[in-house]
Amino acid sequence: SVNPDLASERQTASFCVEKLTALLDGGAEQTRIRRAVVEAIQSDPVFSREDQYFQTQNERYEAAVRKAVHLQKKMHEMGWTENGPEYKYIYRALSGDVAFLLHRVFMRSISVLGSDKQIAKWIPLATQLRLIGSYAQTELGHGTYLQGLETTAVFDIATQEFILNTPKISAMKWWPGDMGRSATHTVVFAQLYIHGKCYGIHPFIVQIRSLQDHSLCPGITAGDIGPKMNFEAIDNGYLMLKNVRIPRENMLSKFCEVQPDGTYVRQGSQKINYFTMTTVRISLISDEVLTPLMKACTIAIRYSVVRRQSKLKPGEQEAKILDYQTQQEKLLPQLASAYAFHFINDYLQELFDRGYREIQRKNFDMLPELHALSSGFKAVITHHSTAAVEICLRACGGHGYSLLSGLPSLYTKILASCIYEGENTILLLQTARFLIKCFMAASAGQPVPPSVTYLAAVKSGKCPAKNKLDFLSPDIYTEAYQHVAFRLISSTAAKLQDLIQSGAKKYNAWNQCTVQLVQAAKAHCHYITVKNFAETVEKLETKAGIQRIMKHLCDLFALHGIFSNTGAFLHDGYISAAQMDMVTASYLDLLAVIRKDAVPLVDAFDFTDKSLNSALGSYDGQVYQRLYEWAQKSPTNKMSPAYERYLKPLLHNTLSKL
Amino acid sequence: AAAMTVNADLRRERAAATFQPLLLTHILDGGPERTRRRKEIEALVLNDPDFQHTDLNFLSRSQRYEQAIRKSSLMVMKLREYGIADPEEIFWFKSFVHRGRPEPLDLHLGMFLPTLLTQATPEQQDRFFMPAWNLEIIGTYAQTEMGHGTHLRGLETTATYDPATQEFILNSPTVTSIKWWPGGLGKTSNHAIVLAQLYTQGQCKGLHAFIVPIRQLGTHEPLPGITVGDIGPKFGYDEMDNGYLKMDNFRIPRENMLMKYAQVEPDGTYVKPLSDKLTYGTMVFIRSLIVGDSARSLSRACTIAIRYSAVRHQSELKPGEPEPQILDYQTQQYKLFPLLATAYAFHFVGAYIKDTYHRISGDINEGDLSELPELHALTAGLKAFTSWTANAGIEECRMACGGHGYSRCSGIPDIYVTFTPSCTYEGENTVMMLQTARFLVKSYTQVSSGQQVTGMVSYLNDLSRQRIQPQQVAARTVTVRINDPVSLVEAYKARAAWLVEAAAKNLQAELNHRKSKEDAWNRTSVDLVRASEAHCHYVVVKLFAAKLSEVTNAAVRAVLTDLCLLYALFGISRNTGDFLQAGILTSAQITQVNQHVKELLAVIRPNAVALVDSFDFHDVHLGSVLGRYDGNVYENMFEWAKKSPLNKTQVHESFHKHLKPMQAKL
Repeated sequence: SVNPDLASERQTASFCVEKLTALLDGGAEQTRIRRAVVEAIQSDPVFSREDQYFQTQNERYEAAVRKAVHLQKKMHEMGWTENGPEYKYIYRALSGDVAFLLHRVFMRSISVLGSDKQIAKWIPLATQLRLIGSYAQTELGHGTYLQGLETTAVFDIATQEFILNTPKISAMKWWPGDMGRSATHTVVFAQLYIHGKCYGIHPFIVQIRSLQDHSLCPGITAGDIGPKMNFEAIDNGYLMLKNVRIPRENMLSKFCEVQPDGTYVRQGSQKINYFTMTTVRISLISDEVLTPLMKACTIAIRYSVVRRQSKLKPGEQEAKILDYQTQQEKLLPQLASAYAFHFINDYLQELFDRGYREIQRKNFDMLPELHALSSGFKAVITHHSTAAVEICLRACGGHGYSLLSGLPSLYTKILASCIYEGENTILLLQTARFLIKCFMAASAGQPVPPSVTYLAAVKSGKCPAKNKLDFLSPDIYTEAYQHVAFRLISSTAAKLQDLIQSGAKKYNAWNQCTVQLVQAAKAHCHYITVKNFAETVEKLETKAGIQRIMKHLCDLFALHGIFSNTGAFLHDGYISAAQMDMVTASYLDLLAVIRKDAVPLVDAFDFTDKSLNSALGSYDGQVYQRLYEWAQKSPTNKMSPAYERYLKPLLHNTLSKL
Repeated sequence: AAAMTVNADLRRERAAATFQPLLLTHILDGGPERTRRRKEIEALVLNDPDFQHTDLNFLSRSQRYEQAIRKSSLMVMKLREYGIADPEEIFWFKSFVHRGRPEPLDLHLGMFLPTLLTQATPEQQDRFFMPAWNLEIIGTYAQTEMGHGTHLRGLETTATYDPATQEFILNSPTVTSIKWWPGGLGKTSNHAIVLAQLYTQGQCKGLHAFIVPIRQLGTHEPLPGITVGDIGPKFGYDEMDNGYLKMDNFRIPRENMLMKYAQVEPDGTYVKPLSDKLTYGTMVFIRSLIVGDSARSLSRACTIAIRYSAVRHQSELKPGEPEPQILDYQTQQYKLFPLLATAYAFHFVGAYIKDTYHRISGDINEGDLSELPELHALTAGLKAFTSWTANAGIEECRMACGGHGYSRCSGIPDIYVTFTPSCTYEGENTVMMLQTARFLVKSYTQVSSGQQVTGMVSYLNDLSRQRIQPQQVAARTVTVRINDPVSLVEAYKARAAWLVEAAAKNLQAELNHRKSKEDAWNRTSVDLVRASEAHCHYVVVKLFAAKLSEVTNAAVRAVLTDLCLLYALFGISRNTGDFLQAGILTSAQITQVNQHVKELLAVIRPNAVALVDSFDFHDVHLGSVLGRYDGNVYENMFEWAKKSPLNKTQVHESFHKHLKPMQAKL
């Protein structure tokens, strides 16, 4: 039965939860397909995650391999294909707990970087899992900055082979998933040398383990890089190459080829390849960032209506902790961000689909903008969502700290997204470079891409709000965000100019402005997110209360952003001190409004209990019973060798002689 | 790895420092003699083969618990063997043995024994203290329940007195009343001090403490009527058996209620305790430990991140030149140096609270408790302020180490998971902030009614004098000189005054609109927390600035002054809205502050490594491959990884179990 404290929350929903779920899924039909996939996967005991909090790294790895193997069978059984509508829900249903994820990256890199001949040779083998692939780019000493990679591939004309080497310890490949234990092949990125001349970084297919007995190939040293904060199921690996020879045909050669005589030939445009890289940053947002954020909100908010603590009114029962303003102030803005990021993700996906179609038509005009948006939003969304999950964790008090709450593993997983696919600070600086360039162009009267046209219009003036209700007008707050973004970008551009004019070298001026540049890039992304949220709300159907509640969330998202960054808005007096008090008042009022719909708003994310895998966040709210039952399953309650070995001698008086 | 020389980058960094790190270490330790003694104890532990073991990162939870209990028992013996009895020296010894981690006897040593000393009658001490001292009795302190934490009055466990048998009958009447979380309860302890609602003669007399045996001496099996176990895996605290305890009509003799203060007589008559303000003292003491822990944990994370940033080279700063140290990037400095300054600030705050506590607790014995309420209120907020800041700071340090920070070999994940519960235990932080706020509002009300207040809140006295003028208070008070720590203290003071006043006024407005006090308080609580934070921030800046004048060595004072300025200015740049809205600083000044922050980053840059060296963490204690003193990071990451459990066999068993059969089938 459902805990009455949770049941009562659901009775007063101001909107239709099922309708909101359909909106999030992109239609009721999508919801149906997703639920069917989740049901098929989660009813299969092989995919169970029941014991995952109790397992060692070795056990987690083994389970992931077992699941990956079983998944092949399952897909076949269910008639799911990689191009079918079910495919994208499989990962979500598994909560990502499956091996061979890098195998997909391996295949994609061959499809994108390989010649037709190479694709024809390798892709069928990989599809049938005749071999297991990985993708070896990052080195121990080198990450985001690719030109710095040190692995070498020297062409030997005599044998028509490349000789691959790891010249020093910092050049060792480090981190690639599936490489520590599973992979038989990997795509290695190395500096290409022909006749002693370096041609830069190129990709090579290298076999690292025997297809017969899985032992390491000659010249290969590989293994697991050891325990991490999460991803216990994944064997992130290291790889050292010592005079490993591979045939000339193993260099992926869609864009660059080494001919038998050692002639280096460049062919075609790499731009589409570059585009593929940037799409990865957008494609990770949904599964790796939004899902854990939404799960964390679900767990924390449900728990906050079940947990009672202290009294709000004398003589009454202890209050639900969600009734405390401070708890609302922690959780509800995170809930609003989950929706804001969901909608900006839709916007980005659509933009990238359009970009892809243009690029197919050989029109590369959108590329710089897409690159800037993907970098900036990857950084802003991952950073913000990571912080949000941690807030959810800490808002659950002591029980949030138990692995059984599900929150620690959501947190340790999402925070990796701030680093992989480009370190966030570096990405924001790439966005900033684009913004500065556009600002200069706009100032010179040249055309700029659609997302930055606001840089062309000179902004001044003051916020027109007269009372706190005015701050619930999307025009008012969107304008304020735009103003701040414009101010930060223009003032940083001016500062850069000043430095250069006063004789600073360009790179030096840039480094001296990087703190400001990062802030400018964030402000830009924040502005676009608010603007998109407001525009999305406007287009929603007014039926079933959906638009009204989304409007509240949009307001909350926007006002929370102002409330927690007041200085940026006050700085040039765009918002006055008196207006800032109105912002605060409106913001705090909204908390109480959204509080009433908090549980229905997380219910709409539609996670099954098995997906959440949380003793605190289950749909029925039976928090304490579940916590107690799960704890009893802990292996620490089965045996304790420590008693016989250490406690017994201790308790039996061995110390009293002292 | 073979003995290696110190990495050239780190050698260069150390040679370029403008001060002697050892002198700064002395300041942090509280004098050269304390440093000497600390290192002596450190050597005692680190050179002892009994305390060596495999890297804990490669052990399962059960194995980690086993290692911890082994070391704990040895530790207790050796402490006595060496005659170490000073609390601070015991603390050092313990943290070297356990490398800064919790251990299963923490609650026995830190709560069970002290509670016996303070709350047991002489007869009870005779029965329990020596066996507990000799570890025949191992105890824990069972307060928190599954459904109840910070709000003690809500606890549900009952102890009903039965005059017929002269026993208390203990019960856990609901699932939510199961004792949950106490350290050492799951597997280690055979006794617990249990907090329960006392019922006698049909009346509830509130919470009292009872000594409850939970496991059979000899077999260590749970006693009939007792259900006890481990609460399962957590984010950190792997070596700690946090436990649950459920009691079902479990009887204990009347003499097991701790009766130094309150008593139940044989016939069931309840004798009230004399008022006991001493519990305030214990809370202040524990919170001062958490402030110190905030400083230490953040210092460790900074040490790792800053040394690694001096060793790591990446990208291009100047075209054509070799990849620079990442510590040369302004964005990296902006992430790390304010945290370094914060770590120093918190060290001084921790030392201040400890000293004040010792001074006042001297007074307690003489009966002068007048300063205690303020210290109690102040430490609540400072506990929250420092632990929140350090918690976020540790994560920032980890992020600043890029991908390698995510590996357990960096040591930062461990620092984080060990530290983060301090935001919750010993009083949830938001609740702590609101306690401080209550004191601030009370002080404000006193001032409004014409009384003077003293101590750290005395700035509120100025408010009444200025009330005759219509503008907001702070708008005209300070002329801030951004190069002068003393002037910055004034700016923080003005901000605190402004926020305290705003919160108090909002509270009053709510009270005027609504019936209930509690409701008004709740509707103002976001403002109240902000006011508390501003007050604590002011206290930290003030204490840091005050510390500068005590430093005699000019070079050390200079570098500490840079850090103090950075701490204060960075805090302004992160909260510009408050200073602007209150009219304390103009936009032009904010721009100067932001600029000066960046200049200070460059000033501190040459001393960054020396400043973390001054924290003087031994490599073993630091537990980080990235933060090694010698900077030989990459070689040792490889050595470390080779020991990973997944690397035990060349071909993992999963290959034979799953991969091979599948490949054969396809």
